[in-house]
Amino acid sequence: MSFLDLSKREVHVKIVYYGPGRGGKTTNLLHIHEAMTDAVRGQMVSIDTKQDRTLFFDFLPLSIGKIFGFDIRIQLFTVPGQVIYNATRKLVLKGVDGVAFIADSQVSQKEKNIESLENLRDNLADIGVDINKIPLVLQFNKQDLAAEGIPLLSEADMVSDLNSVYNVPCFNASALTGEGVFETLREISKTTVKSVARKLMPSLTSGMT
Amino acid sequence: MEFVLSEKTLQVIDGVIDEDLLSSGATCALLVDRSGYLIANRGYPSDIDVVALAALSAANYGVTEEIARLVGEDNFSLLFHKGATENIHYTKIGDDFFLITLFNKDVSLGLMRLKTAKVKSHLLPILQEDN
Repeated sequence: MSFLDLSKREVHVKIVYYGPGRGGKTTNLLHIHEAMTDAVRGQMVSIDTKQDRTLFFDFLPLSIGKIFGFDIRIQLFTVPGQVIYNATRKLVLKGVDGVAFIADSQVSQKEKNIESLENLRDNLADIGVDINKIPLVLQFNKQDLAAEGIPLLSEADMVSDLNSVYNVPCFNASALTGEGVFETLREISKTTVKSVARKLMPSLTSGMT
Repeated sequence: MEFVLSEKTLQVIDGVIDEDLLSSGATCALLVDRSGYLIANRGYPSDIDVVALAALSAANYGVTEEIARLVGEDNFSLLFHKGATENIHYTKIGDDFFLITLFNKDVSLGLMRLKTAKVKSHLLPILQEDN
């Protein structure tokens, strides 16, 4: 559920980073948090992590420019990727406006990527959202592991596995080094804000006067 | 679903919170939507990160509902955290919103429950009417 505050002239949108466990969702947010200035970012909140897994979610608020004179406030959330935490994933998805799906490019993670994307589709359907109608981008993360000799899926394989149906923008990335992180954020932010603005257009334009 | 908050509605919400809660001893109160957006906040000192508090509380509220379902309840009628000096009380307002009220040890829980119930009865029609 996007939120338009006519009093403070702010548009709030919620973007969720989704994907298989240990795929790099939290690392994406950490990189964004470290690279942005205090003027743009809020406090990053990570809840109760055990080892290096996210048990509940991470949260990072950002302020990224204006639309129709309204300040754009983006709330980034991650979900826990492990299969057993599905109830938590559903909770975090509540009110989502856009999704960045962070896939793990390792050959060994091929099935987990597919399974997680199907889980996203099902969980969105459970809250009444059609995955084909919500802004979605894919990120093929962990490209840096190729340099260590770890076998990675080719981009064509990843597209065939994950993007043959949805045909959405996708980016190669290494969240650890920052490569592709901002390209992913920029695209999902742009498409999500556009989508929300379309829905809120009457209120946005009447609020300009 | 989109939620649009007009300046007039926000003024009414602020007025209800001020009159019913802050005047009765609550330290501060936040109106939050179930996605984690902060709709209104009154009485907060500037050193509290209210945006993070709203997001965490929405998650906390959702988790408590899930726990209730697991044990066969629709929801728990009281969600309350007691600290050494500060207490937090949560009040569900319709399907999409809840109110977070902070109050210190000098204010009774019973009084806050009465006052938040009154706030709920005032805010529910306003929030439903606006959207």
